[in-house]
Amino acid sequence: MSDFFSSAWSNYIALVSLVGIVWCIWLLFSQRKAKVLHTADGAVADTGHVWDGDLRELNNPLPRWWMWMFLLSCIFALVYLVLYPGLGSYPGILGYSTDGALMSSMTNANNELKPVYAKYVKMDIEQVAADPKAREMGQRLFLNSCAQCHGSDAGGSKGFPNLTDGDWLYGGSPENIRTTIVNGRAGVMPPFPQLDDKQIADVTNYVRNLSRLPADDLKVARGAEVFKANCIACHGADGKGNIVLGAPNLADKTWLYGSSEAVVIETLTKGRMAMMPAQDKVLSSEKIHLLTAYVWGLSNNKSAAK
Amino acid sequence: MSNRLPIGKPIAIDVIEESLYEVRQKIYPRSVSGIFARWRIVLVIATQLLFYGLPWVSWNGRQAVLFDLIQRKFYIFSLVLWPQDVIYLTLLLILSALALFLFTAVAGRLFCGYACPQTVYTEIFMWIERKVEGDRFARIRLDGEEWPWSSHKWRLKITKHFLWLVIAFLTGFTFIAYFTPIETLSTAILHLSLGPWQTFWLFFYSFATWGNAGFMREQVCKYMCPYARFQSVMVDKDTFLVTYDKIRGEPRGSRSKSDDHTTLGLGDCVDCSICVQVCPTGIDIRDGLQYMCIGCGACIDACDQVMEKVDYPKGLIRYTTERAIEDQESNQSAIRHILRPRVLIYAAFIAVLSTAFLISLATRNPLRVDVMRDRGALAREVDGVRIENIYRIQIMNASEHNMNVQVKASGLPDLLILNSQGQLVTEIKVGPASNLLMPIKVSTAIGINESGNYPIHFDVLAQELSGDGMIIRTREEKSSFIIPR
Repeated sequence: MSDFFSSAWSNYIALVSLVGIVWCIWLLFSQRKAKVLHTADGAVADTGHVWDGDLRELNNPLPRWWMWMFLLSCIFALVYLVLYPGLGSYPGILGYSTDGALMSSMTNANNELKPVYAKYVKMDIEQVAADPKAREMGQRLFLNSCAQCHGSDAGGSKGFPNLTDGDWLYGGSPENIRTTIVNGRAGVMPPFPQLDDKQIADVTNYVRNLSRLPADDLKVARGAEVFKANCIACHGADGKGNIVLGAPNLADKTWLYGSSEAVVIETLTKGRMAMMPAQDKVLSSEKIHLLTAYVWGLSNNKSAAK
Repeated sequence: MSNRLPIGKPIAIDVIEESLYEVRQKIYPRSVSGIFARWRIVLVIATQLLFYGLPWVSWNGRQAVLFDLIQRKFYIFSLVLWPQDVIYLTLLLILSALALFLFTAVAGRLFCGYACPQTVYTEIFMWIERKVEGDRFARIRLDGEEWPWSSHKWRLKITKHFLWLVIAFLTGFTFIAYFTPIETLSTAILHLSLGPWQTFWLFFYSFATWGNAGFMREQVCKYMCPYARFQSVMVDKDTFLVTYDKIRGEPRGSRSKSDDHTTLGLGDCVDCSICVQVCPTGIDIRDGLQYMCIGCGACIDACDQVMEKVDYPKGLIRYTTERAIEDQESNQSAIRHILRPRVLIYAAFIAVLSTAFLISLATRNPLRVDVMRDRGALAREVDGVRIENIYRIQIMNASEHNMNVQVKASGLPDLLILNSQGQLVTEIKVGPASNLLMPIKVSTAIGINESGNYPIHFDVLAQELSGDGMIIRTREEKSSFIIPR
C-alpha cells in the first residue's frame, strides 16, 4: 500500500535514502588520509585555528574502530532497507508493518488470556456470576467498556438504563442480556405530531397515573382513550411494555428520561432515540460471557453483593 | 600554511600525509604497587562486593534490591517505589552529578581512577592478564610472537579469555539479577529455560564487559566518555591533580647514581619512563594535564619507587595543585585554598538536596488516593429524596503491609458514600503493594442546596498494619459534586 500520490515520490525517497548512504561511505573513504602538520619533535601541530588566545585546534586522527563502526552503520542501514519498509513504498522482505505488529500483539494477548477465560466459558452465567474472581474481571471489563454510558456503578443516567434495578427494557434473562451486548439495541419512541396539546396533556396524565404519580383525574379519564388509540401497539393495553420491542413498562417507577409532566410531554411530542452499540466486533466472546454474567449478577445475585 | 601559525607556537616543519583513522596502539601497562594502587584494590573489592553481593541479600522474604520492571515496582530494602516516585530517581541523579562536580573541583577525576566501572573491570581484567601472561615485557614479547602461534601462546590466550569470559558472564548475570529475582534467574540458567529477553541482555552485558574491559579499555575513556571532555571546566588552579613537578624535575636526563645532578645541570627526573609504562591510558604525565589522564595515580606510585631507589625525595609526581607548583607551596598550604566558592556552593547544594531527599523519603506517604468523577453521568435522583454523583476512587497502598481504609466525604451537608451495590462503605481493605479501584456513589439530601457545582473533598484515613503495630496514614483528595436543576 503506497502512501504516495504518485510512484515518482516513492522513487524519489528511495533515491535520497540510497544516495545518502553511498555519500556517507564515499565521505569516509575520501577522508581516510589527510595532510597533517608535524612539529620538530614529531607531535601533531595545530591547524592554525586558535581561540581565546591559547585554545588550539589539533588534527589528531580518529580511532580506527570508529571507522569500522561507521561502516557497520552504513551496512546496517542497507540491510534494514532490504528487510523493513523504508525504501520508498517497498515493503521489505519481512513484510513488517506497525499495523501488523499491533494486530499480532493483540492476537497474542488474546491467546495468552484464553486460559484465564477458559474456566468460565464452560460455566453457566449463574455460576460465573457467583464467582468472586470472575466478578472482579467483569467489573474491570465493565469499567472499560460500559461505564462511559451506564456509569461506574452501572446505575445509569438519563437516557441510559440503570442495570442494577431488575427492570429490563429487553428482558433480564442471561440470553437477553447477551443478545443486547452482542448485537446492540436501538430503542425508538416515535413523536406524535398528530396529537394536539390537549390530547398530549391528557395522555401524559394517564401514563403518570399508571405508575401512581399525582395526576388530574379528569385528564386521566380522557387520556385513556388517547392511550388506547396510539400507545398500546408498543406499550400494551395495560402499559406494561414489551421486551421484544424494548418498549418500557409505564406502570412501574422506572423512568428512563424522567417522570415529570414536562419531560413526558417532551417524550411524546419529540420522540426518543436510544442506542446501545453492538460489542461483537469490539469484545471477544469470552469477555462478553464474563460481562453478561457481571451485568446479570448486578440485579440477580444478592449473595454477590459485598 | 605555516605562516598562519601564531607566533610563539611550535613551527611545523613537516607535512605528512597520514591515515585519519588511527590503529589503536595496544597499551601494556606495567604493574605497580604503592599507596594509590592499594587504594584502588580496596575500592575494586568494595564496589564489586556491593555489586555482586547485593542481589543475594533478602529482606522481608523478598530480594532486598529489585527493580521489577514488569510489575513497575522498585524495591530498595524497606522501601517500595512506584513509577509515581520518579522524582526520587531524578533527585538521586542530580545529587550524583553534584557530587561528581564537587569531587572534580577538589581532586580531579577521583571517580575515574578508583570507582568507575570501566576502571574497575579493566583493573580486574588486567590483573587476570598479568597472572596468566606475565607483566608488561612478557606480554609484549608474547604478542610479538608471529603466526603460527606456539602451543604456549595458545594456552595462555585461551586461559586468559576463558577467565575473562567467566567474569564477564558473572557480571552480566548479576546485572540482570537486579531486574529479575536472582533465585528464579539461577534456576532458569541451570535449567537453560531463560526467556528470550533475559538471554539477550545476559549476553549483551557479558559481551559489553568482555569487550570494554578486555579490548576497548582506555579507548572508552579517551573517545566515548563525555566526562573526560568537560572535566577541564571543573578544575581550577586549586584542584588537586596528578601533577609532574616540572620545576623540580626539569631538565630531565639519565645520570649515574654517584653523580651530583645539580652540578650536571639536571633536574630530579631521571627519565626512566616508568611513569609512562605504568599508565593505563598510555600518556606521559610530564606533558602536563591531559584529557586522557584518569587520575589513577599509578605514575605517582611508580615514580616514588624510583625516587626512593636514587635517594631523591619522593613526590616528583604527586597530587597537588597548579598554584602550589607555581608558588612552590607545600600541599599543607595548598589545601588551605580548598574552601573556595565553587566547592562551598557545590557542598551547600548537596547538603540541602540530600537533606530534602532523606526527609522526603522518611516521611513519604505510602497511601495514595485518586478520585475521578464519572464523566458520562452528571447526577441522578434517588427515590426522590437524594441526589447522587458517581465517582471512581483509586486507592494505592505503596507499603508492604495491609491497610484498612476509611473514606469520608465533606463539603456538603449529609454526604453518604455507598458502594455500587448500594451499601454504606465502611472499611476498605487494600493488600500490600497493591492498587484498588472501586466505583462509589456519593449522595446528599435534595433541597438543602441550590443547583450548581460544589467542591467537595474526600478524607481518606488508612491504618497501615505493620508487624509492630499500626500507623495512621491520611490523604485528602478534591473533587466536585453536581446538583442538577
